[in-house]
Amino acid sequence: MILSPTQAVALLLEIPAFSAVVLLALPGYVWPARLNAFACALTFACSLALVSGRTQISGYLFVDDLNAVFLVLTTFVGMTTAAYSASYLGFEIASEKLKLKYARFYHAMYQAMMFAMNLALLADNIGLIWVAVELATLTSVLMVGIYRTSAALEAAWKYFSLGSVGIALALFGTILVYLAAQPIVGEGADAMVWSILVTRASEFSPDLLNVAFVFLILGYGTKVGLVPMHAWLPDAHSEGPTPIAAVLSGLLLNVALYAVLRFKMLLSANAQALDPGPLLAALGLLSLIFASFMLYRRNDIKRLFAYSSIEHMGIAAFAFGMGGSLANFAGLLHMTMHSLTKSAIFFAVGHIVQARGTQEISRIRGLTASDPALGWGLVAGVAAIAGLPPFGIFMSEFLVISSTFARAPLLAIPLAFGIVVAFGALALRVTGLAFGSPEGQSRPVEASIAPLYVHLALALAAGVWLPPALVGWFQAVARMLG
Amino acid sequence: MNHLAFDIAHLLAGGLVLVSLLMLYQDRLSALIRIFALHAVVLSASVAWQAITQHAPHLYVTAAIAFAFKAIVVPLALQRIVVKLGVHREIEVIGGIGVTMLFAMALVALSLAVMLPAAATATANPLAREDLAFALAVVLLGLLMMATRRNAVTQVIGFMSLENGLILAAAGARGMPLVVEISVAFSVLVALIVIGVFLFGINARFDSIDIGVIDHGRGERP
Repeated sequence: MILSPTQAVALLLEIPAFSAVVLLALPGYVWPARLNAFACALTFACSLALVSGRTQISGYLFVDDLNAVFLVLTTFVGMTTAAYSASYLGFEIASEKLKLKYARFYHAMYQAMMFAMNLALLADNIGLIWVAVELATLTSVLMVGIYRTSAALEAAWKYFSLGSVGIALALFGTILVYLAAQPIVGEGADAMVWSILVTRASEFSPDLLNVAFVFLILGYGTKVGLVPMHAWLPDAHSEGPTPIAAVLSGLLLNVALYAVLRFKMLLSANAQALDPGPLLAALGLLSLIFASFMLYRRNDIKRLFAYSSIEHMGIAAFAFGMGGSLANFAGLLHMTMHSLTKSAIFFAVGHIVQARGTQEISRIRGLTASDPALGWGLVAGVAAIAGLPPFGIFMSEFLVISSTFARAPLLAIPLAFGIVVAFGALALRVTGLAFGSPEGQSRPVEASIAPLYVHLALALAAGVWLPPALVGWFQAVARMLG
Repeated sequence: MNHLAFDIAHLLAGGLVLVSLLMLYQDRLSALIRIFALHAVVLSASVAWQAITQHAPHLYVTAAIAFAFKAIVVPLALQRIVVKLGVHREIEVIGGIGVTMLFAMALVALSLAVMLPAAATATANPLAREDLAFALAVVLLGLLMMATRRNAVTQVIGFMSLENGLILAAAGARGMPLVVEISVAFSVLVALIVIGVFLFGINARFDSIDIGVIDHGRGERP
């Protein structure tokens, strides 16, 4: 690669920011959709320079092993989703569900959201990461409400009010971290820089760090969708455009969990502060159990998979809460696999809803007969997300359970129970959706199948064989997380 | 002088908590908006006083933004919305005012009990400590207001009073970089734009900005 890591970092922010401005000025939707996908592909190409390159830019931006994983993943899913959204949006505009004038706004917001997520991942500053997560929230709120139906406005309003309360609590926690750091590191910008904070954290006041972490986990945990703070998530997923559901589930939840992990590292570095692990593990387990039972009575296909996202973020949070290099490795792998698989499912679901004209599960039947490519894609995606071998999620869930068994066997029981309950619900739903005789007529949809099958192929490949270089990379991150 | 400086800061921060409590028992929308303007005035006075005692000129900017934007522009805009939409009516409260006030007192006590000991070990400066406790109280009262009101305008005011608490905390943190204060002010601005869009969007759809009206279908129609 010709790019130096520093140039790549600059381009990761500049390309989306510039494209957002250009897309806001371009009318129509055919060319803007192509430009959107092209800009995302360019961003992904830049992120590849970070696979081996590490850099640090003057106390504001940095790249280390941990955020490089998420940057590559975010830009990749951003690229495939942009390619998918071109055909999705075409149908929505043709069927007059989305007004043409909003399409311009949609593409600009898409790039603004990619910018905000890249910025949050690159930030070396606890203030900057907060600003970036807030920006990502605001842009996604506007996208969720884009259909202007009463349900969409309600979902956007709920997302906005809960999201901003979460983000406010996170800011309070951020201020407390600064106050804890300020007597040690000194006044001014240095007391907000990750790389400085982590090395000096052992000297910070443990009491203040404890209180700060409670606010931070409540604040960023709201954005992760951890269970008592999850109420916005199903509505936001079901009422917005489906590509946005894919980006929310696959990327934005990851970004918020990434912020929690950074603060967890800070607390772990201080011996006197409370151990953040049990708190995170408890919230994760609660999310898993709650969401897996909620999967049963859903009758809206997008809400079904939104609850499944809560379940999987719960599993990842649980794994990181358990800690140790094996569980961290499993958690990281789980986040990666969940991003790929869940966005693939939403790609299928989006076109299925377009073809059948309904989101109600009870009115969709026999997909494998009427739309084989989409139907079988959905079946494969659900098999992957439910944790069937040989897909990647099977491997990561297996690692989470086995590492839990080795350290705290009693906790492995509710964990396995939750996964099995969720499996049952998903199996039950997908048989109804995919098999049997088709009901009602299916509208022809010019579906873009490629992103769906690319994601599924990657999840499958990861389940069968992980490249040693990737394993080494993830292991380095797992050691870093402690 | 030092003692006086502390007392004044204490008075202003305590005053902010008091105004937060005042906001909780308003039952008319226009009165609530005026009290919110008072909240912003007290906040900007408090931040300005911090600027004097900390010799931190950038805090004057924060104080000025708080005064101009939250004490004048936002209340006027909200009054306009209220008049334009004809929602002069009384505020609908979930649970009674009395119960809410009891909760509010418990929250203030909680924030004092949590923050004072936690901050005591970290900073020798009693001002930062007490400010932090008051700020947390204001944040929690803002949350309580958002939780117990049904009307979109009241929820917006609750959210902004919550952000006032955050600004108080940020101003009390000595030497916290300007980046954050500007971002706080900025976020409020963006928040208002978003809210504005939604208020009018919601209004166009429902002829009402009562959240209760749009809170029916959740996609789980039986």
